Amino acid sequence: MRRGFWLWAASLGAYTFLYVPLFIVIIYSFNDSRLNAEWVGFTWHWYDVLLHDNDMLAAMGNSLFIALVSSLAATVLGTMAGIAMHRYKMKALTFMVLTPVAMPEILLGVSLLLFFIQVLNLTLGLVSIILAHITFSIGFVAVIVRARLAGIDESIFEAARDLGASPWETFRYVTFPLILPGVVAGGLMAFTLSIDDFVITFFTAGVGVATLPLRVYSMIKIAVTPEVNAVSTLLMLLTLTMIVLASKFSPDVLRGKT
Amino acid sequence: MSSRARKLLAPARLTKWAVSGPPFVFLLLFFVLPGVIMVIASFRYPGEFGGLAPLAAADPNTLHGFTLETYRFFFSDLIYTEIFIKSFLVALATTLICLVMAYPLALLIARSPKKRRDLMVLLVILPFASSFLIRVYAWMILLGPQAALSQLANGLLGVLGIAPVHLLFSPFAVLIAMVYVHLPFMVLPLYTNLEKHDPNLLDAAQDCGANAWHRFWRVTFPLSLPGIFSGSTLVFIPVLGMFAIPDILGGTGDMLVGNLIKEQFLVTRDWPFGSTLSIMLTLAVLLFVWIAAKLGTTRGRYA
Repeated sequence: MRRGFWLWAASLGAYTFLYVPLFIVIIYSFNDSRLNAEWVGFTWHWYDVLLHDNDMLAAMGNSLFIALVSSLAATVLGTMAGIAMHRYKMKALTFMVLTPVAMPEILLGVSLLLFFIQVLNLTLGLVSIILAHITFSIGFVAVIVRARLAGIDESIFEAARDLGASPWETFRYVTFPLILPGVVAGGLMAFTLSIDDFVITFFTAGVGVATLPLRVYSMIKIAVTPEVNAVSTLLMLLTLTMIVLASKFSPDVLRGKT
Repeated sequence: MSSRARKLLAPARLTKWAVSGPPFVFLLLFFVLPGVIMVIASFRYPGEFGGLAPLAAADPNTLHGFTLETYRFFFSDLIYTEIFIKSFLVALATTLICLVMAYPLALLIARSPKKRRDLMVLLVILPFASSFLIRVYAWMILLGPQAALSQLANGLLGVLGIAPVHLLFSPFAVLIAMVYVHLPFMVLPLYTNLEKHDPNLLDAAQDCGANAWHRFWRVTFPLSLPGIFSGSTLVFIPVLGMFAIPDILGGTGDMLVGNLIKEQFLVTRDWPFGSTLSIMLTLAVLLFVWIAAKLGTTRGRYA
């Protein structure tokens, strides 16, 4: 009994620690005061400011475009990688898919910066950001797809082939419908990661193009206004929807790291 | 080999390359190659206006070609080694605090009725579904000088006759945000491990006369070591390379390896030295992974 009590108390403490900061941000986004200090009164003012902030709207547009393109590409490449890792157990590919997920983000950021400028002679911007986002998203999609494949009975593929299906037909009519929930979950995951990414974008964005997190970063570095709270609240709402959707499609999202 | 078998084999190999080829080539180009370029860059001279100096130069007096200079420089000034050690200690402290906070939570989830578990796990994941930057920013508000937390802390210190402190832009702020951002990484692998434990083991231990503490320390804890190691890896490695949290919440003295690397690439524009620092960071990560794997296997034998 006492043991159960301490377990509950410690867990409740951990949950409080996880949620209080986010609730504070949400609450202050409706606060009628320039300072994030005390509650003055309810207002929509900061959302109104947000809607008329052209830089912020442009950044939002960039973020959505980058997320859409990079998540589509990462879904295709990640699904292929997931299938290849599961079926052929290729060590080199598995290493290349999983390492970008596991290593400190800054390393991928600076090495891509070096590569884009020094080797490709690319002007940093939308293209470099999209390529960087695809690189780190492939692993997340692949892991979810592989987990999905691991739960499927292999004999089903043999049966399809025995019945005369070509490899493409086996994929199109057997494998793909079975892994589709994992593919969709992986795609949603890649989209969320792209919208949220700060570190790798920071190094590969250059000066001309800002994404939502880059815009938020420069705002909090210069002057904190409750407009940041408003954009944060909206962004939370978006990613929350994405994650809940992704976990509906594939519970593996909850098991793997996100 | 019969002709039929050969016919079957050829498309199979074709399929294999059709499936694995595109992601393989993409990652070779955008992950492996940039890594190789960075290793090479660390052996070169910085360019006059940032970037890299040319490999061959018409004027032999200008810096060009390959050198070990950046590595010599790294070891010539103790400050760089110190920043690495500091980053290592911050990562270690973050990992330990995360472990202490995550363990009861993971244990509670694992011992809850099956129906409730998914919801409890989802509640751990949801906050870290929100943007990383927002979670860091939240602490700017919470620790700000006008925030209740600072007022309370300084009120207490005032009673004790101690001068007020700034919570924001301090090592304390950096550490608390590091823990906050990485806590779910510790909870999830721990929970996955604890969920698999056979409850009969605890009953057996109780029948043998073990009290609650003994049941935890001699049964549950040793069995959860693999979960602890994978959680620790997921927390330690990102913290080791973190630059955004010290950048936003830390003071000028709270620079970690990540900040040093960022500065070399974006401010000082000394790319060779930035590359050297990145390679040192990679080596530190590999060292940690190696130690964790070593500990994991020797401990595993007793568990």
